[in-house]
Amino acid sequence: MINRRLILSFLWCVFSASVVADEGKLLATAGLTQLEGAGGGGIVPWATISGYETQDSYSGSVFSTQVSLDDYKMNMTGVSLGIYDRVELSYAKQTFDLTSLGGHISQDIYGIKTRLYGDLVYSKMPQLSIGLQYKELEDTAIAQLVGANKIESGVDLYLAATKVHLGAIAGHNLVWNLTARATKANQLGLLGFGGVINNDYEIMLEFSAGVFLSRKFALGIEYREKPDNLGLGEDDWKDFFITYVPNKNFNLTLAWADLGSIAGIPKQDGVYLSLTGYLW
Amino acid sequence: MVSLMKFKIQIKPMIVVIFFALLSSCATQKITLFKQLGGDAGVSNIVDNFIEEISFNPKIYAFFKDSDIERFREKLNQHLCFVTGDSCEYTGDSMIQVHAGMNISEKDFNITVELLINAMNKAQIAQPLQNKLLARLAPMRKEMIYR
Repeated sequence: MINRRLILSFLWCVFSASVVADEGKLLATAGLTQLEGAGGGGIVPWATISGYETQDSYSGSVFSTQVSLDDYKMNMTGVSLGIYDRVELSYAKQTFDLTSLGGHISQDIYGIKTRLYGDLVYSKMPQLSIGLQYKELEDTAIAQLVGANKIESGVDLYLAATKVHLGAIAGHNLVWNLTARATKANQLGLLGFGGVINNDYEIMLEFSAGVFLSRKFALGIEYREKPDNLGLGEDDWKDFFITYVPNKNFNLTLAWADLGSIAGIPKQDGVYLSLTGYLW
Repeated sequence: MVSLMKFKIQIKPMIVVIFFALLSSCATQKITLFKQLGGDAGVSNIVDNFIEEISFNPKIYAFFKDSDIERFREKLNQHLCFVTGDSCEYTGDSMIQVHAGMNISEKDFNITVELLINAMNKAQIAQPLQNKLLARLAPMRKEMIYR
Protein backbone atom coordinates (compact mmCIF):
# COMPACT_ATOMS: atom_id res chain seq x y z
CA MET A 1 0.00 0.00 0.00
CA ILE A 2 1.80 3.06 -1.23
CA ASN A 3 0.76 6.38 0.16
CA ARG A 4 -1.58 8.29 -2.12
CA ARG A 5 0.17 11.54 -1.31
CA LEU A 6 3.48 10.03 -2.39
CA ILE A 7 2.05 8.97 -5.75
CA LEU A 8 0.41 12.34 -6.26
CA SER A 9 3.55 14.25 -5.46
CA PHE A 10 5.57 11.92 -7.68
CA LEU A 11 3.23 12.53 -10.62
CA TRP A 12 3.29 16.21 -9.87
CA CYS A 13 7.08 16.21 -9.94
CA VAL A 14 7.24 14.34 -13.22
CA PHE A 15 4.75 16.64 -14.90
CA SER A 16 6.29 19.78 -13.48
CA ALA A 17 9.75 18.82 -14.75
CA SER A 18 9.36 21.68 -17.21
CA VAL A 19 9.05 24.11 -14.28
CA VAL A 20 12.74 24.74 -13.87
CA ALA A 21 14.04 24.62 -10.33
CA ASP A 22 17.03 26.81 -9.59
CA GLU A 23 20.03 24.91 -10.86
CA GLY A 24 22.82 26.73 -9.11
CA LYS A 25 24.23 23.74 -7.25
CA LEU A 26 25.77 20.70 -8.87
CA LEU A 27 23.47 17.73 -9.43
CA ALA A 28 22.72 15.82 -6.19
CA THR A 29 24.57 18.29 -3.95
CA ALA A 30 21.29 19.60 -2.52
CA GLY A 31 21.05 16.22 -0.83
CA LEU A 32 17.70 14.65 0.09
CA THR A 33 15.12 15.32 2.79
CA GLN A 34 15.36 13.37 6.03
CA LEU A 35 12.28 12.18 7.88
CA GLU A 36 12.04 15.20 10.18
CA GLY A 37 11.96 17.58 7.19
CA ALA A 38 15.55 18.82 7.24
CA GLY A 39 17.83 18.64 4.23
CA GLY A 40 19.83 15.51 4.75
CA GLY A 41 20.10 11.90 4.05
CA GLY A 42 17.12 9.72 4.97
CA ILE A 43 17.14 9.54 8.77
CA VAL A 44 20.02 11.96 9.47
CA PRO A 45 20.00 15.75 9.00
CA TRP A 46 23.01 16.95 6.99
CA ALA A 47 24.87 20.24 6.78
CA THR A 48 23.39 20.77 3.30
CA ILE A 49 20.79 23.49 2.73
CA SER A 50 17.76 21.79 1.17
CA GLY A 51 17.41 23.23 -2.37
CA TYR A 52 19.49 23.88 -5.46
CA GLU A 53 19.92 27.59 -4.68
CA THR A 54 23.29 29.30 -4.26
CA GLN A 55 24.35 32.32 -2.23
CA ASP A 56 22.47 34.53 -4.73
CA SER A 57 19.04 32.86 -4.71
CA TYR A 58 16.18 31.05 -2.94
CA SER A 59 14.78 27.57 -3.33
CA GLY A 60 11.62 25.78 -2.36
CA SER A 61 11.09 22.05 -2.06
CA VAL A 62 8.46 19.55 -0.96
CA PHE A 63 8.94 16.01 0.21
CA SER A 64 7.00 12.91 1.05
CA THR A 65 8.34 9.84 2.82
CA GLN A 66 6.78 6.58 3.85
CA VAL A 67 8.25 3.88 6.05
CA SER A 68 6.31 0.60 6.18
CA LEU A 69 7.25 -1.52 9.18
CA ASP A 70 5.86 -4.79 10.49
CA ASP A 71 3.57 -3.24 13.06
CA TYR A 72 3.68 0.44 12.18
CA LYS A 73 3.60 2.80 9.26
CA MET A 74 5.16 6.27 9.18
CA ASN A 75 4.20 9.04 6.79
CA MET A 76 6.04 12.33 6.52
CA THR A 77 5.22 15.24 4.27
CA GLY A 78 6.69 18.68 4.38
CA VAL A 79 8.04 21.81 2.78
CA SER A 80 11.37 23.54 2.94
CA LEU A 81 12.76 26.92 1.99
CA GLY A 82 16.44 27.45 1.25
CA ILE A 83 17.70 31.01 1.55
CA TYR A 84 21.01 32.03 -0.05
CA ASP A 85 22.43 28.57 0.66
CA ARG A 86 22.76 29.89 4.19
CA VAL A 87 19.49 29.28 6.02
CA GLU A 88 16.96 26.48 5.73
CA LEU A 89 13.42 26.71 7.12
CA SER A 90 11.36 23.53 7.14
CA TYR A 91 8.04 22.15 8.25
CA ALA A 92 7.12 18.49 8.35
CA LYS A 93 4.05 16.60 9.46
CA GLN A 94 4.72 13.11 10.77
CA THR A 95 1.98 10.53 11.12
CA PHE A 96 2.71 7.29 12.85
CA ASP A 97 0.07 4.59 12.34
CA LEU A 98 -0.09 1.71 14.77
CA THR A 99 -1.32 -0.73 12.16
CA SER A 100 -1.44 -3.81 14.39
CA LEU A 101 -2.52 -2.12 17.64
CA GLY A 102 -4.79 0.50 16.10
CA GLY A 103 -4.62 4.26 16.45
CA HIS A 104 -2.18 6.87 15.27
CA ILE A 105 0.13 9.62 16.54
CA SER A 106 1.02 12.78 14.68
CA GLN A 107 3.45 15.55 15.31
CA ASP A 108 4.53 18.77 13.64
CA ILE A 109 8.23 19.55 13.25
CA TYR A 110 9.47 23.08 12.60
CA GLY A 111 13.11 23.22 11.62
CA ILE A 112 15.73 25.88 11.14
CA LYS A 113 19.28 25.28 10.05
CA THR A 114 22.11 27.62 9.22
CA ARG A 115 25.34 26.92 7.42
CA LEU A 116 28.31 28.01 9.50
CA TYR A 117 31.15 27.14 7.19
CA GLY A 118 32.23 25.75 3.89
CA ASP A 119 30.93 24.01 0.82
CA LEU A 120 30.57 20.24 0.82
CA VAL A 121 32.29 19.92 -2.57
CA TYR A 122 34.71 22.83 -2.82
CA SER A 123 36.06 23.65 0.62
CA LYS A 124 38.88 21.62 2.04
CA MET A 125 37.11 21.10 5.36
CA PRO A 126 33.54 19.74 5.54
CA GLN A 127 30.50 21.96 5.23
CA LEU A 128 29.30 22.69 8.75
CA SER A 129 25.78 23.63 9.85
CA ILE A 130 23.88 24.02 13.08
CA GLY A 131 20.17 23.27 13.29
CA LEU A 132 17.19 23.13 15.56
CA GLN A 133 14.00 21.07 15.39
CA TYR A 134 10.95 22.10 17.40
CA LYS A 135 8.57 19.17 17.75
CA GLU A 136 4.96 19.57 18.74
CA LEU A 137 3.05 16.42 19.54
CA GLU A 138 -0.60 16.43 18.50
CA ASP A 139 -1.67 13.14 20.02
CA THR A 140 -0.26 12.93 23.53
CA ALA A 141 -2.17 9.98 24.99
CA ILE A 142 0.33 7.28 24.07
CA ALA A 143 3.32 9.40 25.16
CA GLN A 144 1.60 9.77 28.54
CA LEU A 145 0.84 6.06 28.67
CA VAL A 146 4.45 5.01 28.13
CA GLY A 147 5.68 7.40 30.81
CA ALA A 148 7.16 10.32 28.92
CA ASN A 149 8.21 13.17 31.17
CA LYS A 150 7.01 15.86 28.81
CA ILE A 151 4.29 15.21 26.27
CA GLU A 152 3.50 18.47 24.47
CA SER A 153 6.72 19.51 22.78
CA GLY A 154 10.49 19.26 22.68
CA VAL A 155 13.52 20.73 20.97
CA ASP A 156 16.49 18.99 19.33
CA LEU A 157 19.69 20.86 18.58
CA TYR A 158 22.29 19.47 16.16
CA LEU A 159 25.62 20.17 14.57
CA ALA A 160 26.27 18.51 11.21
CA ALA A 161 29.37 18.12 9.04
CA THR A 162 29.08 16.95 5.42
CA LYS A 163 31.79 16.37 2.83
CA VAL A 164 32.00 15.13 -0.73
CA HIS A 165 35.31 13.62 -1.83
CA LEU A 166 35.54 13.69 -5.61
CA GLY A 167 36.85 10.46 -7.08
CA ALA A 168 37.74 9.07 -3.65
CA ILE A 169 36.52 5.47 -3.97
CA ALA A 170 38.16 3.99 -7.07
CA GLY A 171 37.27 7.19 -8.89
CA HIS A 172 33.73 7.36 -7.56
CA ASN A 173 32.50 10.29 -5.51
CA LEU A 174 32.05 9.69 -1.79
CA VAL A 175 29.76 11.66 0.50
CA TRP A 176 29.74 11.37 4.26
CA ASN A 177 27.97 13.16 7.07
CA LEU A 178 28.40 13.17 10.81
CA THR A 179 25.80 14.78 13.07
CA ALA A 180 25.78 15.27 16.83
CA ARG A 181 22.31 15.86 18.22
CA ALA A 182 21.30 16.96 21.70
CA THR A 183 17.88 15.45 22.31
CA LYS A 184 15.33 14.17 24.80
CA ALA A 185 12.97 12.85 22.14
CA ASN A 186 11.57 9.33 22.43
CA GLN A 187 11.17 7.81 18.95
CA LEU A 188 11.68 11.23 17.30
CA GLY A 189 9.23 12.76 19.80
CA LEU A 190 6.27 10.60 18.79
CA LEU A 191 6.44 9.06 22.29
CA GLY A 192 7.13 12.38 24.00
CA PHE A 193 10.29 13.72 25.55
CA GLY A 194 12.32 12.35 28.45
CA GLY A 195 11.17 9.57 30.76
CA VAL A 196 11.65 7.56 33.92
CA ILE A 197 15.10 6.22 33.00
CA ASN A 198 16.55 9.51 31.80
CA ASN A 199 15.25 13.04 31.64
CA ASP A 200 18.37 14.93 30.56
CA TYR A 201 19.57 16.01 27.15
CA GLU A 202 21.97 13.46 25.70
CA ILE A 203 24.29 13.74 22.72
CA MET A 204 23.49 11.22 20.01
CA LEU A 205 25.75 10.57 17.02
CA GLU A 206 24.31 10.10 13.56
CA PHE A 207 26.26 9.02 10.51
CA SER A 208 25.68 8.65 6.77
CA ALA A 209 27.97 7.56 3.96
CA GLY A 210 27.24 7.10 0.29
CA VAL A 211 29.05 6.35 -2.93
CA PHE A 212 27.93 7.65 -6.32
CA LEU A 213 27.99 4.76 -8.76
CA SER A 214 27.24 7.28 -11.49
CA ARG A 215 26.15 10.94 -11.57
CA LYS A 216 22.55 9.84 -10.93
CA PHE A 217 22.74 6.81 -8.63
CA ALA A 218 24.11 6.61 -5.11
CA LEU A 219 24.27 3.74 -2.62
CA GLY A 220 24.80 4.21 1.06
CA ILE A 221 24.23 3.47 4.70
CA GLU A 222 23.08 5.46 7.70
CA TYR A 223 23.22 4.98 11.43
CA ARG A 224 21.42 7.01 14.06
CA GLU A 225 21.95 6.64 17.78
CA LYS A 226 18.83 7.04 19.91
CA PRO A 227 18.29 7.52 23.62
CA ASP A 228 16.31 5.06 25.72
CA ASN A 229 14.62 7.43 28.16
CA LEU A 230 11.51 5.30 28.67
CA GLY A 231 13.24 2.00 29.41
CA LEU A 232 11.36 0.34 26.54
CA GLY A 233 14.60 -0.71 24.83
CA GLU A 234 14.53 1.98 22.12
CA ASP A 235 17.10 0.92 19.53
CA ASP A 236 19.47 2.81 17.27
CA TRP A 237 18.25 3.16 13.70
CA LYS A 238 20.01 2.12 10.53
CA ASP A 239 19.26 1.97 6.85
CA PHE A 240 20.74 0.99 3.50
CA PHE A 241 19.66 3.24 0.67
CA ILE A 242 19.76 3.67 -3.06
CA THR A 243 19.04 7.13 -4.42
CA TYR A 244 18.15 8.16 -7.93
CA VAL A 245 18.75 11.79 -8.87
CA PRO A 246 17.70 12.08 -12.53
CA ASN A 247 17.76 15.90 -12.59
CA LYS A 248 17.46 18.95 -10.34
CA ASN A 249 13.65 18.69 -10.25
CA PHE A 250 13.32 15.64 -8.05
CA ASN A 251 15.05 12.70 -6.45
CA LEU A 252 13.82 9.34 -5.26
CA THR A 253 15.20 7.17 -2.48
CA LEU A 254 14.47 3.56 -1.70
CA ALA A 255 15.85 2.08 1.48
CA TRP A 256 15.62 -0.81 3.83
CA ALA A 257 15.29 0.63 7.32
CA ASP A 258 15.87 -1.23 10.56
CA LEU A 259 14.25 0.78 13.36
CA GLY A 260 14.61 -1.91 16.03
CA SER A 261 12.20 -1.99 18.94
CA ILE A 262 9.42 0.62 18.91
CA ALA A 263 7.14 1.08 21.93
CA GLY A 264 7.98 -2.38 23.19
CA ILE A 265 7.44 -4.23 19.89
CA PRO A 266 10.80 -5.57 18.69
CA LYS A 267 12.30 -5.99 15.23
CA GLN A 268 10.61 -3.24 13.29
CA ASP A 269 12.11 -3.11 9.83
CA GLY A 270 10.81 -2.42 6.38
CA VAL A 271 10.82 -0.37 3.23
CA TYR A 272 11.56 3.33 3.23
CA LEU A 273 10.49 5.34 0.20
CA SER A 274 11.11 9.05 -0.17
CA LEU A 275 10.63 11.69 -2.80
CA THR A 276 11.77 15.31 -2.81
CA GLY A 277 10.58 17.73 -5.47
CA TYR A 278 12.25 21.08 -6.11
CA LEU A 279 9.87 23.89 -7.04
CA TRP A 280 12.24 26.72 -7.78
CA MET B 1 28.50 5.28 26.34
CA VAL B 2 27.26 1.77 25.67
CA SER B 3 25.38 3.05 22.65
CA LEU B 4 28.47 4.94 21.52
CA MET B 5 30.43 1.70 21.46
CA LYS B 6 27.71 0.11 19.39
CA PHE B 7 28.13 2.93 16.91
CA LYS B 8 31.84 2.25 16.55
CA ILE B 9 31.30 -1.43 15.90
CA GLN B 10 28.77 -0.60 13.20
CA ILE B 11 31.05 1.71 11.23
CA LYS B 12 34.10 -0.55 11.38
CA PRO B 13 33.30 -2.55 8.22
CA MET B 14 32.75 0.75 6.42
CA ILE B 15 36.22 1.97 7.40
CA VAL B 16 37.74 -1.28 6.16
CA VAL B 17 35.95 -0.85 2.81
CA ILE B 18 37.20 2.72 2.48
CA PHE B 19 40.73 1.64 3.40
CA PHE B 20 40.89 -1.01 0.69
CA ALA B 21 39.32 1.31 -1.83
CA LEU B 22 42.01 3.90 -1.10
CA LEU B 23 44.70 1.22 -1.37
CA SER B 24 43.42 0.09 -4.75
CA SER B 25 43.37 3.68 -6.01
CA CYS B 26 47.02 4.09 -4.92
CA ALA B 27 48.03 1.15 -7.08
CA THR B 28 46.91 2.89 -10.26
CA GLN B 29 48.55 6.21 -9.45
CA LYS B 30 51.96 5.39 -10.91
CA ILE B 31 50.69 6.42 -14.30
CA THR B 32 49.82 10.13 -14.31
CA LEU B 33 46.24 11.33 -14.63
CA PHE B 34 47.38 13.18 -17.76
CA LYS B 35 48.32 9.88 -19.42
CA GLN B 36 45.12 8.21 -18.16
CA LEU B 37 43.15 10.99 -19.86
CA GLY B 38 44.86 10.12 -23.13
CA GLY B 39 47.88 12.42 -23.02
CA ASP B 40 48.14 15.40 -25.38
CA ALA B 41 45.50 14.07 -27.77
CA GLY B 42 43.04 13.16 -25.02
CA VAL B 43 43.33 16.43 -23.16
CA SER B 44 43.15 18.57 -26.29
CA ASN B 45 40.02 16.66 -27.30
CA ILE B 46 38.45 17.56 -23.93
CA VAL B 47 39.49 21.20 -24.35
CA ASP B 48 38.06 21.39 -27.89
CA ASN B 49 34.76 19.89 -26.71
CA PHE B 50 34.71 22.25 -23.72
CA ILE B 51 35.16 25.31 -25.95
CA GLU B 52 32.36 24.04 -28.17
CA GLU B 53 30.09 23.52 -25.12
CA ILE B 54 30.84 27.07 -23.96
CA SER B 55 30.14 28.53 -27.39
CA PHE B 56 26.64 27.00 -27.29
CA ASN B 57 25.86 28.38 -23.84
CA PRO B 58 25.03 32.12 -24.15
CA LYS B 59 25.30 32.74 -20.39
CA ILE B 60 28.82 31.31 -20.11
CA TYR B 61 29.94 32.45 -23.57
CA ALA B 62 29.32 36.03 -22.40
CA PHE B 63 32.37 35.70 -20.14
CA PHE B 64 34.51 34.84 -23.17
CA LYS B 65 33.26 37.45 -25.63
CA ASP B 66 36.41 39.57 -25.30
CA SER B 67 38.78 36.60 -25.03
CA ASP B 68 41.26 35.31 -27.57
CA ILE B 69 39.84 31.78 -27.92
CA GLU B 70 43.02 30.33 -29.44
CA ARG B 71 45.09 31.63 -26.54
CA PHE B 72 42.51 30.17 -24.13
CA ARG B 73 42.72 26.83 -25.92
CA GLU B 74 46.52 26.78 -25.68
CA LYS B 75 46.69 27.88 -22.04
CA LEU B 76 43.91 25.53 -20.90
CA ASN B 77 45.73 22.59 -22.52
CA GLN B 78 48.88 23.64 -20.69
CA HIS B 79 47.06 24.18 -17.42
CA LEU B 80 45.32 20.79 -17.52
CA CYS B 81 48.63 19.12 -18.30
CA PHE B 82 50.16 21.01 -15.39
CA VAL B 83 47.47 20.04 -12.83
CA THR B 84 47.26 16.39 -13.93
CA GLY B 85 50.85 15.78 -12.98
CA ASP B 86 52.84 15.55 -16.19
CA SER B 87 55.96 17.64 -16.47
CA CYS B 88 54.20 20.56 -18.17
CA GLU B 89 54.85 24.16 -17.33
CA TYR B 90 51.92 26.56 -17.19
CA THR B 91 52.88 29.94 -18.65
CA GLY B 92 49.50 31.67 -18.43
CA ASP B 93 48.24 34.13 -15.85
CA SER B 94 47.16 33.01 -12.38
CA MET B 95 43.56 31.92 -11.88
CA ILE B 96 42.94 35.10 -9.86
CA GLN B 97 44.31 37.33 -12.66
CA VAL B 98 42.40 35.49 -15.38
CA HIS B 99 39.05 35.83 -13.60
CA ALA B 100 39.48 39.33 -12.19
CA GLY B 101 36.56 41.66 -12.90
CA MET B 102 34.37 38.85 -14.25
CA ASN B 103 32.31 38.48 -11.07
CA ILE B 104 31.60 34.82 -11.79
CA SER B 105 28.85 33.55 -9.46
CA GLU B 106 28.66 30.13 -7.80
CA LYS B 107 25.91 29.27 -10.25
CA ASP B 108 27.96 30.34 -13.33
CA PHE B 109 30.85 28.29 -11.98
CA ASN B 110 28.75 25.15 -11.53
CA ILE B 111 27.17 25.54 -14.98
CA THR B 112 30.71 25.64 -16.39
CA VAL B 113 31.63 22.51 -14.40
CA GLU B 114 28.65 20.80 -16.03
CA LEU B 115 29.85 21.95 -19.46
CA LEU B 116 33.23 20.42 -18.69
CA ILE B 117 31.51 17.17 -17.68
CA ASN B 118 29.63 17.23 -21.02
CA ALA B 119 32.94 17.81 -22.79
CA MET B 120 34.49 14.82 -21.02
CA ASN B 121 31.45 12.67 -21.78
CA LYS B 122 31.80 13.52 -25.47
CA ALA B 123 35.48 12.62 -25.27
CA GLN B 124 34.37 9.28 -23.75
CA ILE B 125 36.35 9.80 -20.57
CA ALA B 126 35.21 7.26 -17.97
CA GLN B 127 33.41 8.80 -14.99
CA PRO B 128 35.99 7.78 -12.37
CA LEU B 129 38.65 9.59 -14.43
CA GLN B 130 36.36 12.60 -14.85
CA ASN B 131 35.98 12.76 -11.07
CA LYS B 132 39.74 12.62 -10.57
CA LEU B 133 40.22 15.58 -12.91
CA LEU B 134 37.40 17.51 -11.21
CA ALA B 135 39.04 16.79 -7.85
CA ARG B 136 42.25 18.47 -9.08
CA LEU B 137 40.36 21.52 -10.36
CA ALA B 138 37.88 21.99 -7.49
CA PRO B 139 40.30 23.69 -5.05
CA MET B 140 40.78 26.51 -7.61
CA ARG B 141 37.17 27.65 -7.37
CA LYS B 142 37.95 30.16 -4.63
CA GLU B 143 40.39 31.89 -7.00
CA MET B 144 37.77 32.12 -9.74
CA ILE B 145 34.42 33.16 -8.27
CA TYR B 146 33.26 36.63 -7.22
CA ARG B 147 36.49 38.23 -8.47
